[in-house]
Amino acid sequence: MESQSVLVIGGGIAGIQASIDLANMGFEVYLVEKTPSIGGRMAQLDKTFPTNDCSMCILAPKMIECAGHERVHLLTYSDVVEMDGKAGDFRVTVLRKPRYVDVEKCTGCGECAEKCPRRVPDEFNVGLAKRKAAYLPFPQAVPRKMTIDAESCLYLTKGRCRVCEETCQAGAIDFEQQEELVELEVGAIVLATGFDPFDPGSLKEYGYGEIDNVITGLEYERLICASGPTGGHLERPSDGKVPGTIAFIQCVGSRDVNYKAYCSSVCCMHATKEAILANEHYPGLKSFIFYTDMRAVGKQFQEYIIRAREQYGVGYIRSRPGKITVNEETGNPVVWYDETIYGDAGDPERRVASMEVDLVVLCQALVPHSVHAEIAEKLGLMLDESGFIAIEDRLIRPVDTTVPGVFACGFCQGPQDIPDSVIQASAAAARVAEILAKKSKELEHA
Amino acid sequence: MPKTRVGVFVCHCGNNIGGVVRVPDVVEYARTLPNVTYAEDNLYTCSEEGLSSIKDQIAKQGLNRVVVASCTPRTHEPLFKRACEEAGLNKYLFEFVNIREHCSWVHMHDPAMATEKAKELVRMGVAKACHLEPQQEFESDVFPAALVIGGGVAGMSAALGLANQGIQVHLVEKEQELGGLIRGVQTLFPTEQDTDELLRPLAERVKAHAHISVSLGSEVENVSGFIGDFDVSVRADGEVEGLRVGTIIVATGAEELKPVDLYRYGELPNVVTQLEFEEKFKSGGEIPRSVAIINCVGARIPKRTYCGRFCCATAIKNAIWIKERDPQARVYVLHRDVMAYGVEIEEFYRRAMELGVRFLRYDVESPPEVLGEDRAKAVKVQHQLMGKEVILPVDMVVLTTPLVARDDNGKLSKMLKVPLGSDGFFLEAHLKLRPIEFSTDGVYVCGAARYPSNIPESVSQAYAAAAKASIPIREGLVRVEAITAFCDERTCSACGNCVEACPFGAIELQQGRFGRTAHVNTAQCKGCGCCVAACPSGAMQQRGFSDMQVLSMIGALAEEMTGGVG
Repeated sequence: MESQSVLVIGGGIAGIQASIDLANMGFEVYLVEKTPSIGGRMAQLDKTFPTNDCSMCILAPKMIECAGHERVHLLTYSDVVEMDGKAGDFRVTVLRKPRYVDVEKCTGCGECAEKCPRRVPDEFNVGLAKRKAAYLPFPQAVPRKMTIDAESCLYLTKGRCRVCEETCQAGAIDFEQQEELVELEVGAIVLATGFDPFDPGSLKEYGYGEIDNVITGLEYERLICASGPTGGHLERPSDGKVPGTIAFIQCVGSRDVNYKAYCSSVCCMHATKEAILANEHYPGLKSFIFYTDMRAVGKQFQEYIIRAREQYGVGYIRSRPGKITVNEETGNPVVWYDETIYGDAGDPERRVASMEVDLVVLCQALVPHSVHAEIAEKLGLMLDESGFIAIEDRLIRPVDTTVPGVFACGFCQGPQDIPDSVIQASAAAARVAEILAKKSKELEHA
Repeated sequence: MPKTRVGVFVCHCGNNIGGVVRVPDVVEYARTLPNVTYAEDNLYTCSEEGLSSIKDQIAKQGLNRVVVASCTPRTHEPLFKRACEEAGLNKYLFEFVNIREHCSWVHMHDPAMATEKAKELVRMGVAKACHLEPQQEFESDVFPAALVIGGGVAGMSAALGLANQGIQVHLVEKEQELGGLIRGVQTLFPTEQDTDELLRPLAERVKAHAHISVSLGSEVENVSGFIGDFDVSVRADGEVEGLRVGTIIVATGAEELKPVDLYRYGELPNVVTQLEFEEKFKSGGEIPRSVAIINCVGARIPKRTYCGRFCCATAIKNAIWIKERDPQARVYVLHRDVMAYGVEIEEFYRRAMELGVRFLRYDVESPPEVLGEDRAKAVKVQHQLMGKEVILPVDMVVLTTPLVARDDNGKLSKMLKVPLGSDGFFLEAHLKLRPIEFSTDGVYVCGAARYPSNIPESVSQAYAAAAKASIPIREGLVRVEAITAFCDERTCSACGNCVEACPFGAIELQQGRFGRTAHVNTAQCKGCGCCVAACPSGAMQQRGFSDMQVLSMIGALAEEMTGGVG
């Protein structure tokens, strides 16, 4: 009898949704997530377009539903190391990294992090803040269990400290913990490995990494978020000043044959959202979005753009800036751009113009997650020219990869927003149910 | 009636609560409250130790109400309820008091007042606990069949997604054949596959499937019931047939906007829509030498604000189609923003440019103009990027219009008790995270009935809808929330306020023992409480939040306040 279990790789919103649906359909689900908590990129976002729902507020209940489901087995802080077999009968080896914390005993109270002396850059806040070596990735993390990061822990790297051990009243710290290999037999695999932000440093003309007040979209999300390092106060990096003007630059690395030829699909909308949020926080603040095409194609997206223009005074300028320089006196970035549309900036002439602003946000391309190529190779999956998981038949099997029994949903198979990712996740669940039902029947008749 | 015996467990949550609130004082105080027979503190009530203590004390002290004062019910209520259940206590006899988020975290700089507030919160929790009643969760069977309304690509895909799981599907299609809107389309984006090559085998698979019964030329006339047990009347050839199904998928699609009064459509014979263009050349025909395609016709305007999503891709596809058949043909795409999102559409857009399709950006404030007496001879356009007027001689003008909602969506939405958006498309439960569900359980939506979407997107939605619609059927029963509303028929005046207030269509006025009164269908009720708030006579009550229970909490708070605390 082939397995009625399913492996889901990636614990972002797509993986979470696929797991919940599969479990509700009666399958045993193993959800493997690389980091200590599920939640993925959506957990890092402040609000979501076009409803301005707080991202965490709508995600957290899903995370809890997923983790609390009797048929979902969470394997966080784990990597898939080996996979082979075929539809209905895959064998998978998962490596569980040691957390050095006994999750049965840990209550997630955070005392160990409080006392831990070692501070390192905080990935969740994209390096804008520090976390401890003993840490919870973010306050709403699921599971709410502490992790001791072996690479930075003083005891594990230098053999001294163990303050956490003395602090933990639950007696949960366990430095003897070892790596553990878990063998799974599953009937199908769902990939939901998501995306990484593209590093805009390679576009030298925009000065990212050189000019303090040039930041990325994801950094902006953390700065504007109440749970972020500045408590939601939009403080620019150079001097902590609240910006009065912000320029958002679209297609940074996207729609550019030198970098990523494709359109990242979500940036027009997230820039618009970020501009709206800036104005909600600071009503006098003025934002400009430098775009090529304003790709607002989803349900209620156009209405959102109209609101941004009319209610929040967001300026849209059709141009792809050529260069960002810095005004040494003010520390302000200066955006140099070509006015491609007559009269766009209230100027009767078309010319090369410049605009000095307090902050520049680069809406960088989004690229397949770094783990994804390795996983594809292990499974013998084909990738498309842009590096996304290739789909065998786009039209009629939109979530089937080139290997039967392996499905892909969300950003790993192409740029898309949250609703589309959630839809594909549920679609992948339906496809799993179809092939496993068919397999059972074939075997019955065999 | 047995004596009420309340047990109170107060959690330190490590230092989260204990570092601010003086927990032992709260426990000491709890022991003085009426009906409290036992109270203790725990370092972590949620730990194995804490949970076993709850269970032990239920047995040892004969507790019949449990109050835990700790963190948030969002994460921890199920845990404590389960502990009660394991000790043989109905889990609805448990009451949660949040002294972390509601107290220690927000008053961390004032431990003395925080301790007083924690005592008050516990007092209110105990007061309510005394009035709690055991509740039963209600279960109802699910009839193992599904209805799919609409036989286009979305409807057929949804039907197959369900049937291949072994679920019986009734597919109802208004027209005499399957295929829907795209029957008239020549090739499909992004594979440029011939539409018939896709449609024919798909329709064959649907018709031949042992678990799918297809009704052509049929329309849904009436729907009653609720998740798990819908009664559906389908009319075909003047006869009405009754169907019983557990879940329903709406896949009724949409239609192409006919741009009457725009760009001289209807007046000049060679001004056509995209679908008319497709139909014209599907049956062969001489390819025009010079074509202007005008995008955003009737879309993204004040009257119709939304974007048609895939129309740019359609325009690009047809521009390429012409260019590939006649490289000498002149093809102009007059556009606003080019919605070539993602990998494939952007690639398609680039390919069109490489093939020599000319893209001209126009401004909605000064739209293009179609010139000619009895035929379109040229298009005049203010080129936004060149900043000057251009006149393009053409043999044909193709207008790219968006899909618009079907007129009969209104009728269907009333039957199914699901909402439509202001644009006439079906409105899902949540735009972000529940895109294909309705707030009414057991009914789902996919394809262009929800919003314009291309074939891969519609098929994904169809499979997603199939997943959702299969869940209740695979489980065989639906569990209904115990915290639901009920009507005291003796005090109900049948004003109907509750019927209006209910977002789930769960309340009806019915003839009963006390005349015409409100009646709550428990299977549909979500326990939101809207009806309770709307009821002017107090007839509507919510289990777990009865007037008695809530007033007792207020009473407990007020009684001590007038006594001089705070």
